[in-house]
Formats: sequence, C-alpha cells, structure tokens
Amino acid sequence: MIVASNLTKRYPGGHEALSDVSFEISAGQMVFVTGHSGAGKTTLVKLISTIERPTSGSLVVNGQNLAAIRRSAIPYVRRNFGLVFQDQKLLFDRSALDNVLLPLEIAGLPRRDAIRRAQAALDKVGLLAREKALPIALSGGEQQRLAIARAVVNRPTVLIADEPTGNLDAESAAEILEIFADFHRVGVTVVVATHDQNWIERYHPNVLTLSRGRLA
Amino acid sequence: MKAWFAQHRAALGSAFRRLWASPLNTALSLLVIGIAMTLPGFGYVVLDNLRELGRNASGAQQISVFMELSATRRDVADIENRLRQASTATWRFVPKEEALQRIQASEGMAEIVSSLPRNPLPDAFVVEPRNTDPEALETLKKELAGWPKVAHVQLDSSWVKRFDAFLRLGKLALALLAGLFGAGLVAVTFNTIRLQVLAQAAEIEVARMIGATDAFIRRPFYYFGALQGACGGLLAAGLVLGALQLLAGPVGELATLYGAGFALHLPGLPEIAGFAGLGAFLGWLGAQLSVSLSLRKFD
Repeated sequence: MIVASNLTKRYPGGHEALSDVSFEISAGQMVFVTGHSGAGKTTLVKLISTIERPTSGSLVVNGQNLAAIRRSAIPYVRRNFGLVFQDQKLLFDRSALDNVLLPLEIAGLPRRDAIRRAQAALDKVGLLAREKALPIALSGGEQQRLAIARAVVNRPTVLIADEPTGNLDAESAAEILEIFADFHRVGVTVVVATHDQNWIERYHPNVLTLSRGRLA
Repeated sequence: MKAWFAQHRAALGSAFRRLWASPLNTALSLLVIGIAMTLPGFGYVVLDNLRELGRNASGAQQISVFMELSATRRDVADIENRLRQASTATWRFVPKEEALQRIQASEGMAEIVSSLPRNPLPDAFVVEPRNTDPEALETLKKELAGWPKVAHVQLDSSWVKRFDAFLRLGKLALALLAGLFGAGLVAVTFNTIRLQVLAQAAEIEVARMIGATDAFIRRPFYYFGALQGACGGLLAAGLVLGALQLLAGPVGELATLYGAGFALHLPGLPEIAGFAGLGAFLGWLGAQLSVSLSLRKFD
C-alpha cells in the first residue's frame, strides 16, 4: 500500500528532515508515526500526501511512485487521500456542510448526490445537527471532527492526519481517536503523526518512531 | 461530461456571487470599464456614420462629362454607346437645352440667360460609377477624358480623397485609442482579480491540498473577468446609445437645413453583442494574466 525505500528529504539550506527512511504499510493498517518535535513526522506526512517531494529514494502509494509523478497528476493522486491537519484548515466563510462539500465539488459530483454524501460524512462524526453552523461557532473538537468529515467524504483509501489532537483536551482527543479507529475498522488505511502517548500505547505494534529524521 | 458542465455552471455561479457580493466595487469597476470602452465605441459609431454620409452625399462621387459645343447628336449617341459597353456606371444625359432651362429657373438668372445671344452650355453626362474608390474614379475619369468630342471631365476627386484620408486617419486614431483603453481594461481586471486571489488565499490553499486541479481553481476567476468585461461592454453600449439619442435630434435638424435626409445610424444588436464580446474577451485576458501570476506563490 505505502512503501518507502531510502526516503530522504533535504530542505533548501541543507537541513535533512528525513534520512534514508524505509518502511512498509499494508492496506487497511492503522499506523502511528511518533517522535519528538523536529524528528520528521510532519515531513513524512507531507511526503505521503504529495504536499512535498522527496529529495531521493522512492515512495510508492497505491502502486504509484510519488517521487516521480508529474505535477499535473498530483491533484488526482491527492483525491485518494483524506488529509487532516492540526490547524484544521477549514474555510471560515462557509457553513460546516459547505466545507465538507468542497472535495465533492472538486471531484465534480452532482450537487444532490454531493449533499447527501456530505451529510452522511457529517453524521459519521456526529455533526449533522450543526451542518449550517459556521466553523467559528464550533468547539475545537468539533472543528477537528469537521476536518475529518471533509477528509473522508470522498471515500479515500488512505486517511492521513498530522497531530490531529495537538490542540485538544483529553476527552475530545479520545473522540477523535475513536473516529479514526472506526475508519480503520471499515478497511481504510490510517496514518497518524502524533506524540499522544495514549494512542501509541494502544496501537504499539504499528508505530513508526522517528528520531532526528531516522527510524528509531 | 455532466461533471464538466456542472463545474462550469458552479464556476459561473460563483463568479456571479462574487460580483454581487461587493456591489460598490463591482459598480466602480464596471464604470471604469464602461467609460474606457465608450470612447472608442463612440468614435467607431461616428466614423461609421461619416462613411455612410460620404457614400450618400450627392455629387461627391459623380463625374460630369461635358461635350464640346460642336458635338452633334451622333457624337452624343457614340458616348452613350461607350458608356453602355463599359457598364461600370449608371449615367444620365443632360442636353444643353435642359441645362439652360434649369439655369433660367434659378432665381435672378432668367434675365441674364435671355440676354445671351445663344446657348453657351454644352451637352453633358452625369456619370455615377459603381466603384467609388478614389483610384477607380481617377482611372475612369482619365478614360472618359480620352473619348472623342469630350471637352472636359470633372471629378471632385480632391474632396473625395480628402474625405477618404480623413476617414483613414480617424480609423487609425480610433485603433490607437481602442488599443490604449483595451490595455486599461485588461489592467483593471488584472488588479481586481489579483485582489480576489489574495482574499481567497485560504480557499485556494485548501482546494489545492484536497486535489483541485489548476483549471478548477482558475475557472471562477476567468468567468469573473469575462462577466465583468461583458457587463462593462454592455454599459459602454448603453452610454454610446444614450449619447447618440441625444445627438440624433440636432443632427437631423442640421441635415434638414442642408436639405439632406440624413439620420444617425444607431448601433444594432450585432454591434452591442460585439461590445459585450470584446469586453468579455479583454476581461478574460486580464484574468488569465492575473491568475497565472498570482497563483505562482501557491506552488
């Protein structure tokens, strides 16, 4: 599903965020990437989600080598991913429902079908009752759940999250973890970068620990 | 295909909403575009009318062929035959008797004419060539002058030439003006779109991240530019029409005073559609340039 071989990312200025990292994540697995700040978690997530490109090595997702992909193909690759960020990157000028509709508009789904699917996604994260609310009116945990609804509405094969509970209290964080576990149970591959010890202990076998850009 | 149409409809809808969302900005932009297009548009209509006037003005493109006084009926018939064969023009024969009668009919001329010992006027032809190019007229004039018993051929060609040169100069000035204002329109759209891209940086960033293609992101801006340009063009057409309506009365009066039946030719639907189309094209061009430059920083 996701195969990294000798993956290296060097930023302009010489800082090497990832050095020679190799791993394999099989389809339907739930994997946690952990490590201290600056260990390279975010870089790894950005590489998998094609936001950044590797300096060397290969990264094959769904049989496609992301290191060698054409720029014009990137949007279509990204549609296979559901992305969740620590700062949710919601659009604050539109309702919860419209935020979730955006990926479906991009995919060109007919409006009626799109609305039905967006409402289903909101329902899955427990926000259907708040579909008309603007994100600013939602709590931190609700905003993160909204971001998850937007990430999964397009039925991605891989759900990728970068510190999704970084700004949340323990209770909200536990809710978010449950939602990810639900998607994992229905067969979605889930990759979460986090330093939340609760998660790591619970899913111990499937943890990639990074230290100074290398797998520990 | 259905998805493609849906996305274009959505982009057009979003362009409409953006125009509608800030009425004051929209009104100001439309006014700038409208006025910028009004000047060359008005110039175009005025030139069009002048050309029409030049074509209709009697005498401007007529050639008078005066026979020698000694010309006989047979000489006249010969010229008639030649004109018929040449068939490049319609003509009217004015016998010297008719010419004399006409002068006698003029105010104050009767006594002078009757005091003349004999008719001093020659037979004449008034020729109206089909081809009224200055060069063609000149050629025809030379040919007519070479025919037997023709004393004098008169073509008011200097007037026609001057008028033609004036029209050409007008056209050139108009083209320069239109180019200048066209560039202005592109610049106005460029700036409007640039500000919009800045205002929607968050949306563009998120859309990119979740798999929007370049085309998806650019489309609403293109529609916006084209829509704004088209509305500006329609406004310009309205302004030109309004100005012409105001002018139509005085121009008609002036024409009547000169004894001519001239009415201003107002722009019709094709011209108005042309205004809107040109505005849309220039707006689209401005949007294209602006989006290409502004989106670079999102890469």
